[in-house]
Amino acid sequence: MSGAALAEAPAWATRAATSTCAHCGGETASGQRFCCAGCGAAFETIQQLGLGTYYRDVVRDNLARRLQPNAEPRTDLARHVRTAEDGSHELTLAVDGLQCGACVWLIESVLARDPRVAGARVNMTTRRLKLSWNGTVEDGAALVGHIEQLGYRLVPFDPACLAAAQDRTGRELLRSLAVAGFAAANVMLPAMAIWVGLFSDMGPATRALMHWVSAAIAMPAIIYAVRPFWRSAWGALRQGRTNMDVPISVGVTLVTGMSLVQTINHAEHAYFDGAVSLLFFLLIGRVLDHYARAHARAAAEQLIALQQTDVAMLEADGTVARRDAAAVPAGARILVAPGERIGVDGTVVQGETTLDTALVTGESLPVSATAGTRVFAGTLNLGAPITVRATAAGGDTLLAECVRLMEAAEAKRGRFVMFADRVARRYAPVVHLAALLTFLFWWGVQGMGVADALLIAASVLIITCPCALALAVPAVQVIGTGRLFRRGVLVKSPTALERLAEADIVVFDKTGTLTDPALKLVSSHDPDGLKLAASLAATSRHPLSRALAAAAGPVVPAEGVAEVVGAGLACGDIRLGSAAFVGVEATATTPALYLARPGAPVVRFDFAEALRPEAAETIAALRGLGLEVQLLSGDREAAVADAAARAGIATWRAGCSPVDKVAAIEALRASGKRVLMVGDGLNDGPCLAAAHVSISPSTAAEISQNAADVVFQGASLAPVADAIRTARRMKRLCQENIALSLAYNLLMVPVAVAGYVTPWLAALAMSTSSLLVIGNSFRLRRQAR
Amino acid sequence: MTPLLWLIALSVFLGGGGLALFLWASRNGQYDDMDGAAQRILFDDDRK
Repeated sequence: MSGAALAEAPAWATRAATSTCAHCGGETASGQRFCCAGCGAAFETIQQLGLGTYYRDVVRDNLARRLQPNAEPRTDLARHVRTAEDGSHELTLAVDGLQCGACVWLIESVLARDPRVAGARVNMTTRRLKLSWNGTVEDGAALVGHIEQLGYRLVPFDPACLAAAQDRTGRELLRSLAVAGFAAANVMLPAMAIWVGLFSDMGPATRALMHWVSAAIAMPAIIYAVRPFWRSAWGALRQGRTNMDVPISVGVTLVTGMSLVQTINHAEHAYFDGAVSLLFFLLIGRVLDHYARAHARAAAEQLIALQQTDVAMLEADGTVARRDAAAVPAGARILVAPGERIGVDGTVVQGETTLDTALVTGESLPVSATAGTRVFAGTLNLGAPITVRATAAGGDTLLAECVRLMEAAEAKRGRFVMFADRVARRYAPVVHLAALLTFLFWWGVQGMGVADALLIAASVLIITCPCALALAVPAVQVIGTGRLFRRGVLVKSPTALERLAEADIVVFDKTGTLTDPALKLVSSHDPDGLKLAASLAATSRHPLSRALAAAAGPVVPAEGVAEVVGAGLACGDIRLGSAAFVGVEATATTPALYLARPGAPVVRFDFAEALRPEAAETIAALRGLGLEVQLLSGDREAAVADAAARAGIATWRAGCSPVDKVAAIEALRASGKRVLMVGDGLNDGPCLAAAHVSISPSTAAEISQNAADVVFQGASLAPVADAIRTARRMKRLCQENIALSLAYNLLMVPVAVAGYVTPWLAALAMSTSSLLVIGNSFRLRRQAR
Repeated sequence: MTPLLWLIALSVFLGGGGLALFLWASRNGQYDDMDGAAQRILFDDDRK
């Protein structure tokens, strides 16, 4: 095809507006059912398999990646396959593009229709597919291919990582919780009888029997369920520290031991019910805490797995093998296809192309590369295929430099102590001292027997036992992180929200963080020209081409377009590209494309970086929250000044290297500020680590995602302000909860010291304080926004 | 006294049954995917 068909191009402009693709839900050219051939094929496949109800049931999730059939090169699977003794193979994969339950059903149903598949199960919480099949290892690629054809992206998990992620602690906690819950419920049966017996005519023999029944139920359960606390307490004591688990372990053990002695002596009071329900409540807090962290960790692992890259390495015999980027030796030659990210640092040895270095340097415009140009891992190849020779994996690579800076910065941040732990460190010694003094008073001053005095001391420990304190923070955290997660904000570090609540200055990076990763077309006066240019641009991956194609709406790509690397596109007589390429004088100061066609004047298209949606509103909201806002960028001064002006940021600096940025952050910290850094590039990794707390968009480079405490999804910048608001509210709720439980203990301690606490009072006191704290935490959830 | 002993033994036994069931379910991985379990029930499954 050539100029003849393209001459009809203006007719497209008159066609009606867009419609949605029947497969992926994206925009299509009007009249078309599908946005691309891949979607059409996927739709066919699903219909042929008789799974068409998928389209009726699917609920599109705007935060999830849209289905893109045949978008990504296949990764190397064989390395990750585990083979069982019976000859079946197993593979665990991260699934990207999962929208709702219908996707789970579709993936499982498609795989179940292949006779080789022995089992396929998608876990929707962790977004992982566990696939097992019979046959050869290579069959796995075909099975994964079925799903990738539908538009999902599957990335294998390393078996070594999976073994480490086996959630042993979580299961142990859950089992302990079950055992403690069972015992707490059943021990109440004799306990109630004893409490009632205190006011009626229960004989000593019956009471003794009830105590023995309680002991029979409670003792094994306590011995089983107290182990997580003992382990943690012992670990802390060995390092010469004390934590909340020390008074818990000592208290529970002492109370249980004393109760057993009392039972043997047929005494009036035994605290089995109190000890078991205490453990039960504490374990609820522990399990909640663990699940909140496990959820965040799984989400972070998913992000990392999806970014893992492998590279096409040229072997000595001229064949191409896909290798892990980390396993590439220095001096190896790597083939980089257009649209692929370069996986290694190296030098171009062959080919000529343009590179998008935004993630590495923050430069928003593509740079050209020819043989001899140094390139860095994380750079995107936009133009033609190139060959890169990997350089020594020594300390001189940019990536290694960034990692080194990041480690240094992280070491400086040191260990942030959580609020609850800080309270516990002060609280624990006070509790021990109070119990000891109580014992000494009753035994030494009042001349009471050792056993009775110990029992009163134990009741002090039980009543002061920070049951509500241990629930106070986890309950708020679970509700808070869950709320943020539903809005596409992942909290990776357990202390992140506390630190976020303390931030008083926000430092933004520009390219990719404050601005949209893609450029936007800002001027076009010629709709026909735009349509024609877009049909050429649709064939290219250059950022300006893509911006042009996006601005024009869906068009049918022109055929026979030749791309001249670093210059432009040509289709017959029609040329789209730089000023020199179309043969006119350059007239633009911003990035621009020129379109030349026979019989019409040259048209210029101007581009600019667009701010992320709601960027200006978010900046204003951050100011409203009392935070200062600054902009630090590695880009050119004009671009930074423009973005700062549009976003409403007064303080900005351009042309910063990674070292400059870290220095700027350090200077702010030195002046007593608590810095929140928001950035996405490779060069931002070190300052994300150096800041008090950090946030990255989920499109960020791997290194900055690893360094960030919080990752947000979606195009809008609004989650940044949202996260801060939620973090502050959580902090206030945590403080309220801790104040509540401390006030409560303060009230009960004198009663316990005086020796008036009986088992029923202890049990009642504990439950009410815990319920109070949990109830208060749920206020976070009720707040609808 | 004797009926009381029987009843206590019975209740502990029943409670223990519940506990065993829970431990079995948890070991069986039935608590691994809470989100998925809520959604799966909505889809007709024509697999054997």
